[in-house]
Amino acid sequence: MQLAGEILLLIGAIFIFLGALGLLRMPDVYNRIQVGTKAVTLGAIGVIVGVALLHPDWWSKLFVILGFILLTSPVSSSAITKAFYRSGIVPWKSESKSKPMKGQNKEPSS
Amino acid sequence: MTPLIIIAMGLIALAALFTLYRLVFGPTNADRIVSADAMALITTVILIIIAMIFDSSLYLDIALVYSILSFVGVIALARVIEAKTQNNTLDKQGED
Repeated sequence: MQLAGEILLLIGAIFIFLGALGLLRMPDVYNRIQVGTKAVTLGAIGVIVGVALLHPDWWSKLFVILGFILLTSPVSSSAITKAFYRSGIVPWKSESKSKPMKGQNKEPSS
Repeated sequence: MTPLIIIAMGLIALAALFTLYRLVFGPTNADRIVSADAMALITTVILIIIAMIFDSSLYLDIALVYSILSFVGVIALARVIEAKTQNNTLDKQGED
């Protein structure tokens, strides 16, 4: 039980690290939203389940936090993505096919 | 406190550092909002690990309240951006 909890915690930490690395390296706001929400959420699930295996008497509170993260993280990322798209940020296109679109790295039109 | 947990803590600290870099030097304000969202999630995880280290379940309540507040803040930011753009388009239509 102890070893399983530690391995799950390590897997979650690796996913959080990869998500943050993607947040650093991705070329566009939309790519950063995608990687910064999905990978970090999966890492948080791993860490929470690992801590629940290490401390079995905390499972109720950890379950509440896990459910809340699973419910709210996609909702918030979807809301900010919709807001960005409506405010006129153009999605990034690969440079191998065509030149990057105009105004891809501008601030949202205020 | 076994070596696996210490490695996991180091990885999460590096992740928080990368997110903080994007939060400070992000090219646009949109990047800053996205990284603030990810930073709130990483902070919740760090609070849970602090609860495990200090062996007190009080920090779990703090983690729950922190995640609720960050969710409300991100939704409010999204609403502000959306309302701003709608007002701008309405103004432009009025000028025409």
